[in-house]
Amino acid sequence: MKETIQLKHRRAARWFHWTNFPLLALMLWSGILIYWANDIYRIDAGEYTIFRFFPRSWYPALGIDHRLAEGMAWHFFLQWFFVFNGMAFVAYTVVSGEWRELVPDIRSFRDAWHVVLHDLNARHPLPPQGKYNGAQRITYTLIILFGVLSTLTGYAIFKPVQLYWLRELMGGYEMARYIHFWLAIGYVLFFALHVQQVVRAGWNNFRAMVTGYELR
Amino acid sequence: MNFADLRKKTIRSFLVAGLITVLGVGATVWVKGQPQDGGIPWVLRAAHDFNAGLWSRLFSTERSPPRVGAPAGTRPRVNGAVGLETPIDVKTWRLNVFVETKQVQALSLASLKLLPVINTATQFYCIEGWSTQFTYSGVRFSEFMKSFGLETRYRYVGLETPDHQYYVSVDMDSMLHPQTLLAFEMNERPLSGENGAPLRLVIPIKYGIKSLKRIGAIRFSNTRPPDYWAERGYDWYSGL
Repeated sequence: MKETIQLKHRRAARWFHWTNFPLLALMLWSGILIYWANDIYRIDAGEYTIFRFFPRSWYPALGIDHRLAEGMAWHFFLQWFFVFNGMAFVAYTVVSGEWRELVPDIRSFRDAWHVVLHDLNARHPLPPQGKYNGAQRITYTLIILFGVLSTLTGYAIFKPVQLYWLRELMGGYEMARYIHFWLAIGYVLFFALHVQQVVRAGWNNFRAMVTGYELR
Repeated sequence: MNFADLRKKTIRSFLVAGLITVLGVGATVWVKGQPQDGGIPWVLRAAHDFNAGLWSRLFSTERSPPRVGAPAGTRPRVNGAVGLETPIDVKTWRLNVFVETKQVQALSLASLKLLPVINTATQFYCIEGWSTQFTYSGVRFSEFMKSFGLETRYRYVGLETPDHQYYVSVDMDSMLHPQTLLAFEMNERPLSGENGAPLRLVIPIKYGIKSLKRIGAIRFSNTRPPDYWAERGYDWYSGL
């Protein structure tokens, strides 16, 4: 069959995506400056700490210690852009109907399992792809929900008294901060997986996210 | 669209992407390089003030931090000793009250203790990201103002330690919050030196940085009195 050039990602979706990338990066960076001032989270096995967030040597090595004020100033400035870009993207997918391609359906979960098997063992056949396969639908929807939850827990920490109802909805002040932190770790893991998959998918796929067009 | 078009489109899109990247990095560098206002670039200070304006309009004195106390016998957590390093004589200590630049009172602790004493408890939030609980006793700031004929029409209240090393300023609405006390007891014991004896501010509607220990002077003013942490990059409002 002859290859054709087809529009894959519309302009709006590409702009929302690429606007979000530096904003999220800066939110994570300013977030770590804030987290330093009370870095209490760790992965424990009973009495034994497997990993502490973050090892003491990381802060001076990365130059991110004693910068709480700077971190807060950037975080509370950039959150406006991060939140509005995210809300605009969600509104766009609803209005354009693109949410239908992104939100998982019943088949997505079975498909996602086959995608994982394929990724671990190239001989396992890929399920039908469409614009986004089952694994992508689940991951991309999840990352939007991450954004919603980051915003809610963030505001619960930011104004725990004025937004007392939100604080309680998020399980209290300490729990809100705990969730907010783990979501941040979640973005980093998502980013690693996402980049790895984009590299695997190759040039045609990446170009589509920049230009909008793919060869099919 | 043919292959030549796609090629052109690809080059153009990547050029635009490159340009946007340069603009984005440029904007970040530009913000960082802007003149400082209280220890941060003015753009970030403006964002703090914008958020503060929004939240001070949404502020309600109906809302208080949870009124939860510490178990009896717990010592209140101590965090910071700025302004407490010069020894003072508690017996000769006076609370100096100023309206604008004019001194109107020099009160002893005994005269303050004649006012109705409130015993309450609070969750207390630190700007570093932790929180703690304690009980505290003292005089409501609103009651203190009423009793000594101090008017609520001033926009700001400034407080400082006797050695002028630590100083804060707070908006009037927050000072009139029912949980805002001039306190002389924490966790059922007289204030320790490191917790701010003989008299400290406890204002749990703000981050702990505003709860100045060992008050030397209180000033009512329409021009904002200086604030130690707001000079060091923090949000002046710091309301919760």
